Amino acid sequence: MLYDALIAPFLEFEFMRRALAGVVALALGGAPIGVFLMLRRMSLVGDAMAHAILPGAAIGFLFSGLNLFAMTFGGLIAGFSVALLAGLVSRVTVIKEDASLAAFYLVSLAVGVTIVSMRGTNIDLLHVLFGNILALDDQTLLVIAFNATITLVVMAVIYRPLVIECVDPVFLRTVSRAGAPAHLAFLALVVVNLVNGFHALGTLLAVGLMILPAGIARFWSRDITGMMMISVASAMVSGYFGLVLSFQTKVPSGPAIILVAAVLYVFSVLFGNVSGLVRQLFPGRHLEA
Amino acid sequence: MTAQLAFQNVTLGYDRHPAVHHLNGEIAAGSLLAVVGPNGAGKSTLFRGIVGILKPLTGAITLGGLKARDIAYLPQSVDIDRTFPISVFDFVGTGLWRTTGIFGGLGKTARAQIGQALASVGLNGFENRNIGTLSGGQMQRMLFARVLLQDARVIVLDEPFNAIDTKTSADLIALVRHWHAEKRTVLAALHDMEMVRSHFPETLLLARGSVAWGSTQQVLTADNLLEARRMCEAFDDGAGTCVVDAAHSRAA
Repeated sequence: MLYDALIAPFLEFEFMRRALAGVVALALGGAPIGVFLMLRRMSLVGDAMAHAILPGAAIGFLFSGLNLFAMTFGGLIAGFSVALLAGLVSRVTVIKEDASLAAFYLVSLAVGVTIVSMRGTNIDLLHVLFGNILALDDQTLLVIAFNATITLVVMAVIYRPLVIECVDPVFLRTVSRAGAPAHLAFLALVVVNLVNGFHALGTLLAVGLMILPAGIARFWSRDITGMMMISVASAMVSGYFGLVLSFQTKVPSGPAIILVAAVLYVFSVLFGNVSGLVRQLFPGRHLEA
Repeated sequence: MTAQLAFQNVTLGYDRHPAVHHLNGEIAAGSLLAVVGPNGAGKSTLFRGIVGILKPLTGAITLGGLKARDIAYLPQSVDIDRTFPISVFDFVGTGLWRTTGIFGGLGKTARAQIGQALASVGLNGFENRNIGTLSGGQMQRMLFARVLLQDARVIVLDEPFNAIDTKTSADLIALVRHWHAEKRTVLAALHDMEMVRSHFPETLLLARGSVAWGSTQQVLTADNLLEARRMCEAFDDGAGTCVVDAAHSRAA
Protein backbone atom coordinates (compact mmCIF):
# COMPACT_ATOMS: atom_id res chain seq x y z
CA MET A 1 0.00 0.00 0.00
CA LEU A 2 2.61 2.47 1.16
CA TYR A 3 4.94 1.06 -1.47
CA ASP A 4 2.31 1.62 -4.17
CA ALA A 5 1.77 5.19 -3.07
CA LEU A 6 5.32 6.31 -2.42
CA ILE A 7 7.70 4.22 -4.48
CA ALA A 8 5.92 2.48 -7.32
CA PRO A 9 5.22 5.64 -9.36
CA PHE A 10 8.95 6.35 -9.54
CA LEU A 11 9.89 2.78 -10.44
CA GLU A 12 7.18 2.53 -13.03
CA PHE A 13 7.37 5.83 -14.86
CA GLU A 14 10.45 7.46 -16.28
CA PHE A 15 8.87 10.91 -16.30
CA MET A 16 8.44 10.64 -12.51
CA ARG A 17 12.10 9.74 -12.08
CA ARG A 18 13.13 12.69 -14.21
CA ALA A 19 10.88 14.98 -12.24
CA LEU A 20 12.40 13.70 -9.01
CA ALA A 21 15.94 14.26 -10.30
CA GLY A 22 14.80 17.74 -11.34
CA VAL A 23 13.49 18.71 -7.91
CA VAL A 24 16.58 17.29 -6.18
CA ALA A 25 18.80 19.51 -8.37
CA LEU A 26 16.50 22.48 -7.84
CA ALA A 27 16.62 21.97 -4.09
CA LEU A 28 20.42 21.70 -3.99
CA GLY A 29 20.98 24.96 -5.84
CA GLY A 30 17.94 27.01 -4.95
CA ALA A 31 17.44 26.38 -1.25
CA PRO A 32 20.77 27.84 -0.01
CA ILE A 33 20.19 30.87 -2.24
CA GLY A 34 16.75 31.18 -0.69
CA VAL A 35 18.29 31.24 2.80
CA PHE A 36 20.44 34.21 1.85
CA LEU A 37 17.53 35.96 0.12
CA MET A 38 15.56 35.60 3.32
CA LEU A 39 18.38 36.70 5.62
CA ARG A 40 19.02 39.75 3.46
CA ARG A 41 15.28 40.55 3.57
CA MET A 42 15.17 40.05 -0.19
CA SER A 43 12.45 37.38 -0.33
CA LEU A 44 10.10 39.62 -2.25
CA VAL A 45 12.97 40.87 -4.38
CA GLY A 46 13.46 37.25 -5.44
CA ASP A 47 9.79 37.00 -6.30
CA ALA A 48 9.95 40.19 -8.34
CA MET A 49 13.01 38.96 -10.21
CA ALA A 50 11.22 35.71 -11.01
CA HIS A 51 8.60 37.75 -12.83
CA ALA A 52 11.25 39.81 -14.52
CA ILE A 53 12.50 36.67 -16.25
CA LEU A 54 9.22 36.21 -18.04
CA PRO A 55 9.55 38.72 -20.90
CA GLY A 56 12.97 37.32 -21.81
CA ALA A 57 11.71 33.77 -21.85
CA ALA A 58 8.66 34.98 -23.75
CA ILE A 59 10.77 36.59 -26.46
CA GLY A 60 12.66 33.31 -26.73
CA PHE A 61 9.29 31.62 -27.07
CA LEU A 62 8.20 34.13 -29.72
CA PHE A 63 11.18 33.23 -31.89
CA SER A 64 11.39 29.49 -31.37
CA GLY A 65 8.35 28.23 -29.49
CA LEU A 66 8.85 26.15 -26.33
CA ASN A 67 12.55 25.78 -27.09
CA LEU A 68 14.68 25.14 -24.02
CA PHE A 69 17.75 27.12 -24.98
CA ALA A 70 15.94 30.09 -26.45
CA MET A 71 13.82 30.43 -23.33
CA THR A 72 16.72 29.84 -20.93
CA PHE A 73 18.87 32.36 -22.74
CA GLY A 74 16.08 34.91 -22.93
CA GLY A 75 15.27 34.40 -19.25
CA LEU A 76 18.90 34.79 -18.17
CA ILE A 77 19.37 37.96 -20.20
CA ALA A 78 16.16 39.50 -18.91
CA GLY A 79 16.90 38.47 -15.33
CA PHE A 80 20.44 39.85 -15.36
CA SER A 81 19.35 43.10 -17.01
CA VAL A 82 16.62 43.71 -14.47
CA ALA A 83 18.87 42.80 -11.54
CA LEU A 84 21.58 45.16 -12.79
CA LEU A 85 19.16 47.94 -13.73
CA ALA A 86 17.34 47.76 -10.42
CA GLY A 87 20.67 47.71 -8.56
CA LEU A 88 21.85 50.69 -10.60
CA VAL A 89 18.65 52.65 -10.03
CA SER A 90 18.88 52.05 -6.28
CA ARG A 91 22.58 52.93 -6.07
CA VAL A 92 22.39 56.04 -8.21
CA THR A 93 19.01 57.45 -7.18
CA VAL A 94 17.08 57.71 -3.91
CA ILE A 95 14.83 54.79 -4.81
CA LYS A 96 15.57 51.64 -2.82
CA GLU A 97 16.21 48.35 -4.57
CA ASP A 98 12.86 46.81 -3.57
CA ALA A 99 10.85 49.74 -4.91
CA SER A 100 12.60 49.78 -8.27
CA LEU A 101 12.24 45.98 -8.54
CA ALA A 102 8.52 46.22 -7.81
CA ALA A 103 8.18 48.63 -10.71
CA PHE A 104 10.09 46.31 -13.03
CA TYR A 105 8.17 43.27 -11.93
CA LEU A 106 4.69 44.49 -12.79
CA VAL A 107 5.81 45.72 -16.19
CA SER A 108 7.66 42.47 -16.88
CA LEU A 109 4.72 40.24 -16.06
CA ALA A 110 2.42 42.28 -18.30
CA VAL A 111 4.91 42.33 -21.18
CA GLY A 112 5.65 38.60 -20.84
CA VAL A 113 2.04 37.46 -20.81
CA THR A 114 1.27 39.74 -23.76
CA ILE A 115 4.13 38.31 -25.83
CA VAL A 116 3.25 34.68 -25.09
CA SER A 117 -0.43 35.17 -25.88
CA MET A 118 0.47 36.92 -29.15
CA ARG A 119 1.81 33.70 -30.56
CA GLY A 120 0.98 30.81 -28.27
CA THR A 121 -2.11 29.09 -27.00
CA ASN A 122 -3.52 29.10 -23.49
CA ILE A 123 -1.67 25.86 -22.85
CA ASP A 124 1.62 27.55 -23.71
CA LEU A 125 0.71 30.35 -21.35
CA LEU A 126 -0.02 27.85 -18.56
CA HIS A 127 3.31 26.17 -19.27
CA VAL A 128 5.14 29.46 -18.96
CA LEU A 129 3.30 30.58 -15.86
CA PHE A 130 3.31 27.31 -13.94
CA GLY A 131 6.01 25.21 -15.64
CA ASN A 132 5.72 21.50 -16.22
CA ILE A 133 8.05 19.47 -14.12
CA LEU A 134 6.50 16.20 -15.30
CA ALA A 135 7.61 16.93 -18.84
CA LEU A 136 11.32 17.57 -18.23
CA ASP A 137 13.35 16.19 -21.13
CA ASP A 138 17.01 15.19 -20.95
CA GLN A 139 18.23 18.56 -22.07
CA THR A 140 16.18 20.51 -19.55
CA LEU A 141 17.28 18.17 -16.81
CA LEU A 142 20.91 18.71 -17.78
CA VAL A 143 20.46 22.48 -17.80
CA ILE A 144 18.92 22.35 -14.32
CA ALA A 145 21.69 20.09 -13.00
CA PHE A 146 24.37 22.26 -14.60
CA ASN A 147 22.92 25.42 -13.07
CA ALA A 148 22.69 23.76 -9.65
CA THR A 149 26.34 22.68 -9.87
CA ILE A 150 27.48 26.16 -10.86
CA THR A 151 25.47 27.56 -7.97
CA LEU A 152 27.14 25.34 -5.39
CA VAL A 153 30.63 26.10 -6.69
CA VAL A 154 30.10 29.87 -6.84
CA MET A 155 28.43 29.87 -3.43
CA ALA A 156 31.49 28.17 -1.98
CA VAL A 157 33.68 30.89 -3.49
CA ILE A 158 31.65 33.89 -2.34
CA TYR A 159 30.36 32.44 0.93
CA ARG A 160 32.57 34.33 3.38
CA PRO A 161 32.30 37.81 1.85
CA LEU A 162 28.58 37.23 1.35
CA VAL A 163 28.06 36.40 5.02
CA ILE A 164 30.10 39.40 6.16
CA GLU A 165 28.28 41.63 3.70
CA CYS A 166 25.00 40.53 5.24
CA VAL A 167 26.10 41.05 8.86
CA ASP A 168 28.39 44.06 8.70
CA PRO A 169 28.74 45.62 5.24
CA VAL A 170 30.78 48.61 6.45
CA PHE A 171 33.38 46.30 7.97
CA LEU A 172 33.69 44.38 4.72
CA ARG A 173 34.15 47.63 2.83
CA THR A 174 36.99 48.63 5.12
CA VAL A 175 38.89 45.34 4.85
CA SER A 176 38.23 44.16 1.31
CA ARG A 177 36.87 44.99 -2.08
CA ALA A 178 35.12 41.62 -2.32
CA GLY A 179 31.74 43.00 -1.22
CA ALA A 180 30.44 44.34 -4.52
CA PRO A 181 31.60 41.37 -6.66
CA ALA A 182 30.14 38.95 -4.11
CA HIS A 183 26.82 40.80 -4.16
CA LEU A 184 26.74 40.77 -7.97
CA ALA A 185 27.66 37.09 -8.11
CA PHE A 186 24.90 36.38 -5.62
CA LEU A 187 22.34 38.25 -7.75
CA ALA A 188 23.55 36.28 -10.77
CA LEU A 189 22.98 33.04 -8.84
CA VAL A 190 19.50 34.22 -7.92
CA VAL A 191 18.74 34.71 -11.61
CA VAL A 192 20.28 31.35 -12.59
CA ASN A 193 18.20 29.53 -9.99
CA LEU A 194 15.05 31.40 -10.91
CA VAL A 195 15.53 30.30 -14.52
CA ASN A 196 15.94 26.79 -13.16
CA GLY A 197 12.76 27.12 -11.16
CA PHE A 198 11.05 28.64 -14.19
CA HIS A 199 11.58 25.47 -16.21
CA ALA A 200 10.13 23.26 -13.53
CA LEU A 201 7.59 25.39 -11.70
CA GLY A 202 6.95 28.30 -14.04
CA THR A 203 7.25 32.04 -13.53
CA LEU A 204 4.74 32.37 -10.74
CA LEU A 205 6.07 29.61 -8.50
CA ALA A 206 9.78 29.61 -9.46
CA VAL A 207 10.79 31.29 -6.24
CA GLY A 208 8.67 28.91 -4.15
CA LEU A 209 11.28 26.19 -3.72
CA MET A 210 13.78 28.87 -2.66
CA ILE A 211 11.82 30.94 -0.17
CA LEU A 212 9.51 28.44 1.54
CA PRO A 213 12.32 26.02 2.49
CA ALA A 214 14.36 28.98 3.75
CA GLY A 215 11.42 30.07 5.88
CA ILE A 216 11.05 26.53 7.21
CA ALA A 217 14.74 26.37 8.08
CA ARG A 218 14.56 29.62 10.05
CA PHE A 219 12.27 27.90 12.57
CA TRP A 220 14.60 24.98 13.21
CA SER A 221 18.13 26.37 13.30
CA ARG A 222 19.95 29.36 14.76
CA ASP A 223 22.98 28.78 12.65
CA ILE A 224 23.40 29.55 8.98
CA THR A 225 25.02 26.23 8.04
CA GLY A 226 22.20 24.37 9.77
CA MET A 227 19.68 26.57 8.01
CA MET A 228 21.09 25.79 4.59
CA MET A 229 21.07 22.04 5.28
CA ILE A 230 17.51 22.10 6.59
CA SER A 231 16.34 24.22 3.67
CA VAL A 232 17.84 21.82 1.13
CA ALA A 233 16.33 18.83 2.94
CA SER A 234 12.89 20.39 3.22
CA ALA A 235 12.97 21.44 -0.45
CA MET A 236 13.77 17.84 -1.40
CA VAL A 237 11.06 16.44 0.85
CA SER A 238 8.55 18.93 -0.58
CA GLY A 239 9.59 17.98 -4.09
CA TYR A 240 9.23 14.27 -3.44
CA PHE A 241 5.87 14.37 -1.67
CA GLY A 242 4.62 17.04 -4.06
CA LEU A 243 5.27 14.69 -6.97
CA VAL A 244 3.56 11.82 -5.15
CA LEU A 245 0.58 14.04 -4.36
CA SER A 246 0.38 15.21 -7.92
CA PHE A 247 0.60 11.63 -9.24
CA GLN A 248 -2.09 10.29 -6.92
CA THR A 249 -4.55 13.18 -7.07
CA LYS A 250 -3.94 14.79 -10.46
CA VAL A 251 -3.21 18.14 -8.82
CA PRO A 252 -0.79 19.98 -11.15
CA SER A 253 2.73 19.09 -10.03
CA GLY A 254 4.17 22.60 -9.51
CA PRO A 255 1.41 23.75 -7.18
CA ALA A 256 1.45 20.32 -5.46
CA ILE A 257 5.15 20.74 -4.60
CA ILE A 258 4.63 24.25 -3.30
CA LEU A 259 1.59 23.12 -1.30
CA VAL A 260 3.61 20.42 0.44
CA ALA A 261 6.28 23.03 1.21
CA ALA A 262 3.51 25.26 2.55
CA VAL A 263 2.30 22.49 4.87
CA LEU A 264 5.84 22.07 6.20
CA TYR A 265 6.05 25.82 6.60
CA VAL A 266 2.84 26.04 8.61
CA PHE A 267 3.99 23.11 10.75
CA SER A 268 7.30 24.93 11.37
CA VAL A 269 5.57 28.20 12.26
CA LEU A 270 3.54 26.28 14.84
CA PHE A 271 6.06 23.83 16.22
CA GLY A 272 9.53 25.09 15.23
CA ASN A 273 11.97 25.07 18.12
CA VAL A 274 13.28 28.53 17.22
CA SER A 275 10.45 30.99 17.97
CA GLY A 276 7.67 28.63 16.85
CA LEU A 277 4.26 29.69 18.16
CA VAL A 278 3.76 26.70 20.45
CA ARG A 279 7.22 27.19 21.83
CA GLN A 280 6.39 30.80 22.57
CA LEU A 281 3.11 29.92 24.26
CA PHE A 282 4.63 27.12 26.34
CA PRO A 283 8.27 28.09 26.82
CA GLY A 284 8.77 25.82 29.85
CA ARG A 285 9.96 26.98 33.26
CA HIS A 286 12.77 29.47 33.35
CA LEU A 287 16.35 28.38 33.96
CA GLU A 288 18.59 29.01 36.90
CA ALA A 289 21.18 31.16 35.11
CA MET B 1 58.47 61.22 14.79
CA THR B 2 57.23 60.10 11.42
CA ALA B 3 53.76 61.01 10.31
CA GLN B 4 51.34 58.11 10.20
CA LEU B 5 48.50 60.19 8.82
CA ALA B 6 48.73 63.49 7.01
CA PHE B 7 45.95 65.80 5.86
CA GLN B 8 46.69 68.20 3.05
CA ASN B 9 43.93 70.76 2.71
CA VAL B 10 41.32 68.05 3.14
CA THR B 11 37.68 68.85 2.57
CA LEU B 12 35.18 66.04 3.03
CA GLY B 13 31.47 66.38 2.68
CA TYR B 14 28.14 65.39 1.26
CA ASP B 15 26.38 66.84 -1.79
CA ARG B 16 29.23 69.35 -2.16
CA HIS B 17 28.58 70.73 1.35
CA PRO B 18 31.75 70.49 3.43
CA ALA B 19 31.52 68.57 6.73
CA VAL B 20 35.29 68.74 7.28
CA HIS B 21 36.62 71.96 5.80
CA HIS B 22 40.22 72.57 4.72
CA LEU B 23 41.93 70.43 7.32
CA ASN B 24 45.71 70.43 7.41
CA GLY B 25 47.98 68.58 9.77
CA GLU B 26 49.75 65.39 10.71
CA ILE B 27 49.28 62.61 13.20
CA ALA B 28 52.55 61.05 14.33
CA ALA B 29 52.91 57.28 14.39
CA GLY B 30 52.08 56.00 17.86
CA SER B 31 49.86 58.94 18.78
CA LEU B 32 46.86 58.60 21.03
CA LEU B 33 44.58 61.31 19.70
CA ALA B 34 41.12 62.31 20.85
CA VAL B 35 38.93 64.00 18.27
CA VAL B 36 36.34 66.17 19.99
CA GLY B 37 33.77 68.68 18.83
CA PRO B 38 30.04 69.34 18.87
CA ASN B 39 27.51 67.21 16.97
CA GLY B 40 27.95 67.71 13.26
CA ALA B 41 31.54 68.90 13.70
CA GLY B 42 32.78 66.38 11.15
CA LYS B 43 34.37 63.79 13.45
CA SER B 44 32.71 60.79 11.86
CA THR B 45 33.14 62.26 8.41
CA LEU B 46 36.87 62.68 9.03
CA PHE B 47 37.11 59.03 10.11
CA ARG B 48 35.17 57.87 7.07
CA GLY B 49 37.65 59.78 4.97
CA ILE B 50 40.61 58.18 6.73
CA VAL B 51 39.37 54.62 6.19
CA GLY B 52 38.53 55.35 2.56
CA ILE B 53 34.74 55.01 2.68
CA LEU B 54 34.37 58.67 1.74
CA LYS B 55 36.54 60.32 -0.91
CA PRO B 56 37.74 63.87 -0.15
CA LEU B 57 36.04 66.61 -2.18
CA THR B 58 39.43 68.29 -2.33
CA GLY B 59 42.86 67.69 -0.81
CA ALA B 60 44.45 64.40 0.14
CA ILE B 61 44.85 62.12 3.10
CA THR B 62 48.09 60.16 3.14
CA LEU B 63 48.42 57.08 5.29
CA GLY B 64 52.17 56.76 5.75
CA GLY B 65 52.53 53.79 3.44
CA LEU B 66 49.47 51.98 4.77
CA LYS B 67 46.44 51.09 2.73
CA ALA B 68 43.02 52.18 3.96
CA ARG B 69 42.31 48.49 4.43
CA ASP B 70 45.11 48.17 6.99
CA ILE B 71 43.25 50.47 9.36
CA ALA B 72 40.93 48.98 11.96
CA TYR B 73 37.75 51.03 12.11
CA LEU B 74 34.93 50.96 14.62
CA PRO B 75 32.09 53.06 13.20
CA GLN B 76 29.70 54.98 15.41
CA SER B 77 26.37 53.70 14.24
CA VAL B 78 27.38 50.18 13.49
CA ASP B 79 25.34 48.91 10.61
CA ILE B 80 25.25 45.36 11.92
CA ASP B 81 22.31 43.11 11.14
CA ARG B 82 21.85 41.66 14.59
CA THR B 83 19.20 39.22 13.40
CA PHE B 84 21.73 37.44 11.19
CA PRO B 85 22.42 33.96 12.56
CA ILE B 86 26.12 34.18 13.31
CA SER B 87 27.91 33.29 16.55
CA VAL B 88 30.08 35.69 18.54
CA PHE B 89 33.06 33.47 17.78
CA ASP B 90 32.56 33.57 14.00
CA PHE B 91 31.80 37.27 14.04
CA VAL B 92 34.97 38.15 15.95
CA GLY B 93 36.84 35.75 13.68
CA THR B 94 36.13 38.02 10.70
CA GLY B 95 38.76 40.30 12.25
CA LEU B 96 41.33 37.83 10.92
CA TRP B 97 40.28 38.63 7.36
CA ARG B 98 43.74 39.93 6.46
CA THR B 99 45.30 36.53 7.19
CA THR B 100 42.45 34.24 6.18
CA GLY B 101 41.09 36.14 3.17
CA ILE B 102 38.20 34.55 1.33
CA PHE B 103 39.21 30.92 1.62
CA GLY B 104 41.67 30.54 4.50
CA GLY B 105 40.46 28.28 7.26
CA LEU B 106 40.66 29.01 10.97
CA GLY B 107 43.48 26.82 12.24
CA LYS B 108 44.39 26.05 15.81
CA THR B 109 46.39 29.27 16.25
CA ALA B 110 43.61 31.38 14.80
CA ARG B 111 41.02 29.77 17.08
CA ALA B 112 43.27 30.37 20.06
CA GLN B 113 43.70 34.01 18.99
CA ILE B 114 39.94 34.48 18.79
CA GLY B 115 39.53 32.91 22.23
CA GLN B 116 42.19 35.23 23.60
CA ALA B 117 40.60 38.31 22.05
CA LEU B 118 37.24 37.38 23.57
CA ALA B 119 38.89 36.79 26.94
CA SER B 120 40.60 40.17 26.90
CA VAL B 121 37.26 41.95 26.55
CA GLY B 122 35.65 39.70 29.17
CA LEU B 123 33.45 37.75 26.80
CA ASN B 124 34.57 34.23 27.67
CA GLY B 125 31.66 31.87 27.55
CA PHE B 126 29.93 33.89 24.84
CA GLU B 127 31.57 32.03 21.95
CA ASN B 128 28.50 30.16 20.76
CA ARG B 129 25.94 32.84 21.47
CA ASN B 130 24.25 34.48 18.51
CA ILE B 131 25.23 38.13 18.17
CA GLY B 132 21.56 39.12 18.44
CA THR B 133 21.47 38.00 22.08
CA LEU B 134 24.16 40.44 23.26
CA SER B 135 23.44 43.61 25.20
CA GLY B 136 24.69 46.97 23.95
CA GLY B 137 27.80 46.87 26.11
CA GLN B 138 28.58 43.26 25.23
CA MET B 139 28.19 44.14 21.56
CA GLN B 140 30.72 46.95 21.96
CA ARG B 141 33.14 44.56 23.71
CA MET B 142 32.72 42.14 20.85
CA LEU B 143 33.55 44.85 18.33
CA PHE B 144 36.66 45.72 20.34
CA ALA B 145 37.65 42.04 20.25
CA ARG B 146 37.43 42.14 16.48
CA VAL B 147 39.56 45.29 16.36
CA LEU B 148 42.09 43.44 18.55
CA LEU B 149 42.30 40.61 16.03
CA GLN B 150 42.74 43.01 13.14
CA ASP B 151 46.14 43.76 14.66
CA ALA B 152 46.26 47.10 12.83
CA ARG B 153 48.91 49.82 13.05
CA VAL B 154 46.18 52.45 13.01
CA ILE B 155 42.95 52.11 14.97
CA VAL B 156 40.05 54.50 14.47
CA LEU B 157 37.24 54.45 17.06
CA ASP B 158 34.15 56.56 16.46
CA GLU B 159 32.44 57.37 19.78
CA PRO B 160 33.23 53.92 21.15
CA PHE B 161 31.89 54.55 24.66
CA ASN B 162 28.43 55.87 23.86
CA ALA B 163 25.77 54.33 26.11
CA ILE B 164 28.37 52.09 27.75
CA ASP B 165 28.46 51.63 31.53
CA THR B 166 31.43 52.93 33.50
CA LYS B 167 32.88 49.47 34.19
CA THR B 168 32.84 48.54 30.50
CA SER B 169 34.27 51.84 29.36
CA ALA B 170 37.02 51.54 31.98
CA ASP B 171 37.86 48.07 30.63
CA LEU B 172 37.83 49.27 27.05
CA ILE B 173 39.88 52.40 27.77
CA ALA B 174 42.48 50.10 29.34
CA LEU B 175 42.59 48.28 26.04
CA VAL B 176 43.04 51.58 24.19
CA ARG B 177 45.95 52.47 26.49
CA HIS B 178 47.43 49.05 25.87
CA TRP B 179 47.32 49.71 22.11
CA HIS B 180 49.03 53.03 22.75
CA ALA B 181 51.74 51.28 24.74
CA GLU B 182 52.25 48.95 21.78
CA LYS B 183 52.99 52.07 19.68
CA ARG B 184 49.89 51.76 17.59
CA THR B 185 48.26 54.98 16.37
CA VAL B 186 44.84 55.36 17.97
CA LEU B 187 42.21 57.97 17.09
CA ALA B 188 38.98 58.18 19.02
CA ALA B 189 36.03 60.53 18.70
CA LEU B 190 34.77 61.32 22.20
CA HIS B 191 32.36 63.57 24.08
CA ASP B 192 33.49 62.85 27.63
CA MET B 193 36.04 65.63 28.28
CA GLU B 194 37.08 64.10 31.59
CA MET B 195 38.01 60.91 29.83
CA VAL B 196 39.91 62.85 27.16
CA ARG B 197 41.82 64.84 29.79
CA SER B 198 42.80 61.80 31.79
CA HIS B 199 43.71 59.36 29.03
CA PHE B 200 44.46 61.16 25.78
CA PRO B 201 47.70 63.14 25.50
CA GLU B 202 46.67 64.83 22.24
CA THR B 203 43.41 66.30 21.06
CA LEU B 204 42.01 67.67 17.84
CA LEU B 205 39.11 70.04 18.48
CA LEU B 206 37.06 69.97 15.33
CA ALA B 207 34.25 72.24 14.21
CA ARG B 208 34.30 71.52 10.50
CA GLY B 209 37.74 73.10 10.45
CA SER B 210 40.31 72.50 13.14
CA VAL B 211 39.72 74.89 16.07
CA ALA B 212 42.79 73.69 17.93
CA TRP B 213 45.10 70.72 17.67
CA GLY B 214 47.88 69.73 20.00
CA SER B 215 48.40 68.70 23.58
CA THR B 216 45.07 68.05 25.28
CA GLN B 217 45.69 70.56 28.03
CA GLN B 218 46.26 73.39 25.58
CA VAL B 219 43.43 72.41 23.27
CA LEU B 220 40.61 71.92 25.77
CA THR B 221 40.47 75.48 27.08
CA ALA B 222 37.20 77.25 27.77
CA ASP B 223 37.83 79.69 24.91
CA ASN B 224 38.49 76.97 22.37
CA LEU B 225 35.44 74.95 23.41
CA LEU B 226 33.28 78.05 23.17
CA GLU B 227 34.56 78.77 19.70
CA ALA B 228 33.82 75.22 18.59
CA ARG B 229 30.29 75.50 19.95
CA ARG B 230 29.67 78.58 17.82
CA MET B 231 29.90 76.53 14.66
CA CYS B 232 26.67 76.61 12.69
CA GLU B 233 25.51 73.02 12.40
CA ALA B 234 23.22 73.33 9.39
CA PHE B 235 24.50 73.40 5.85
CA ASP B 236 23.78 76.63 4.02
CA ASP B 237 21.54 75.63 1.11
CA GLY B 238 22.28 78.86 -0.69
CA ALA B 239 26.05 78.65 -0.20
CA GLY B 240 28.23 79.66 -3.12
CA THR B 241 31.37 77.86 -4.24
CA CYS B 242 34.14 77.88 -1.63
CA VAL B 243 37.01 80.18 -2.51
CA VAL B 244 39.13 79.62 0.58
CA ASP B 245 42.68 78.86 -0.35
CA ALA B 246 44.58 76.19 1.49
CA ALA B 247 46.85 78.84 2.93
CA HIS B 248 43.94 80.54 4.69
CA SER B 249 42.64 77.48 6.42
CA ARG B 250 43.39 76.97 10.06
CA ALA B 251 46.36 74.71 9.97
CA ALA B 252 47.51 72.71 12.93
